[in-house]
Amino acid sequence: MANLIEIKGVTHAYRTKSGPLPVLDNLNIAVPEGEFAAVVGPSGCGKSTLTRLVAGLMKPDQGEVWLHGERVTSPRKTVGMAFQNPVLLEWRTILENVILPLEIVAPRMPQAEREARALHLLEMVGLKGFDSKRPSELSGGMRQRASLCRAIVHKPDVLIMDEPFGALDNFTREDLWQTMRDLRAAEPFTCVLITHDLRESVFLGDQVFVLSGRPARTQMVLNVDLPADRTLDILYQPKAQDMLHTLRDQIRIAQGRDGEMH
Amino acid sequence: METLQKIVVPILAVLLFLWAWEALVWVNDWPNYKMASPSDLPPAFWKFRWLFLEMGWQTLWRTVVGLGLAVLFGTLVGMIMGFSRIARDGLYPLLVGFNAIPKATLVPVISLIFIGQHDFNTVLMAFLISFFPIAVSVGIGLSTLEPEYRDILRSLGASRLTIFRKIALPKTLPEFFGALKVSVTLAFIGTNLVEIVAPHGRGLGALFKSGETNGDYPLMFAVLIALAALGILLYYAVLVLERIFAGWAERPQS
Repeated sequence: MANLIEIKGVTHAYRTKSGPLPVLDNLNIAVPEGEFAAVVGPSGCGKSTLTRLVAGLMKPDQGEVWLHGERVTSPRKTVGMAFQNPVLLEWRTILENVILPLEIVAPRMPQAEREARALHLLEMVGLKGFDSKRPSELSGGMRQRASLCRAIVHKPDVLIMDEPFGALDNFTREDLWQTMRDLRAAEPFTCVLITHDLRESVFLGDQVFVLSGRPARTQMVLNVDLPADRTLDILYQPKAQDMLHTLRDQIRIAQGRDGEMH
Repeated sequence: METLQKIVVPILAVLLFLWAWEALVWVNDWPNYKMASPSDLPPAFWKFRWLFLEMGWQTLWRTVVGLGLAVLFGTLVGMIMGFSRIARDGLYPLLVGFNAIPKATLVPVISLIFIGQHDFNTVLMAFLISFFPIAVSVGIGLSTLEPEYRDILRSLGASRLTIFRKIALPKTLPEFFGALKVSVTLAFIGTNLVEIVAPHGRGLGALFKSGETNGDYPLMFAVLIALAALGILLYYAVLVLERIFAGWAERPQS
């Protein structure tokens, strides 16, 4: 299968007062269509920069980002984004929040059709009956669910998530992993997930990319050879445990390199 | 029971205040030219009832027009400062400096530049005195918008105008109304300032001035009460607008 996302030799540095700060160094990532790529790495290694590059929100100093065989130079309508902060609009109801991308991407779509699509998604993530509530009336986990619906309501080719579950408690997070798994089964999309949580990367990912410390390059790629309909139990079985060990060692190596530099 | 309490308690407080005022004047046996008592006010209102209506209307429309201009101009300046770092660095010292000038000192300046244009001068002063809080709050509201809010729409290829209309503008509304509550009071002060100071002025301020000139102290106090009533009216009008347009910002009571 062709690669939907291809990041080829991307190098990027931020200009700061004390000179250029390199964050990405010859980074290579390829994600085939429909696959789920989890990206892990030490703090501050440039993972968030990666999401902004794929979304076309910024251009790399060197290297290329390709989506669907087209080079990304500006934002595209076929991308969905979710962040650690659900960034729901407080003045809109949950339903109106989920509809927001459709107002931009499909301005001619009839309102009834938009609402039907949004309600369908809300039901899938377990928010049935909450569509007319305001974001402030929902718990953190529920807000993040609504944020996920908004990210995929316009059927994007690529879903980019930047530590979307980072601020949630463990059990809520595990619930959302399962929601994510079910959403993917119902609505196929290609996904890039930036995370700090190794268990999350193994549970959700088809591939796990380990980034080195800053400036980040691809240190290792792990193929997660587990069935698509994973349950939480699988994380406690030897195969997944081995992968978690491997990843943990890789992170240690990544941090070590980081340590030498400072 | 609670709504009854909400209505009865303020009324009782006002009555208590009036009674204390009346008692103060009565106990000290102050003559009218020292301090008028509440019982002097109804006759004063009745005697000048048409003047009160006319002058009250003058004060009201000039305050509202001045405030309206302040909203337009303040929002525009706020937008420019919110979106452009250079504009913010350039405009901010100018605005702060201008705001630091006590506006009373501008009355003779304006009166000289625009001689005889009483309506214009009054509206101009109401505007000058009240746009600053709006400009600052809109500017700060826009420049502190979290980048993620912008990114969710920008990643879909939305234009800057769309992002402003759908996200930045509504998100700034609570700050805007906070500033508007300050500005409405300021605009009211600006209007009265010109009405009182300018020769041959109109409006409640001029009525106050004529009470002073003619030694009609009950009239002066009646004007003060009328001004208070008008000020309350304007303030609550802003509150109602806030409830309508930014009611979502009020946290549900729990």
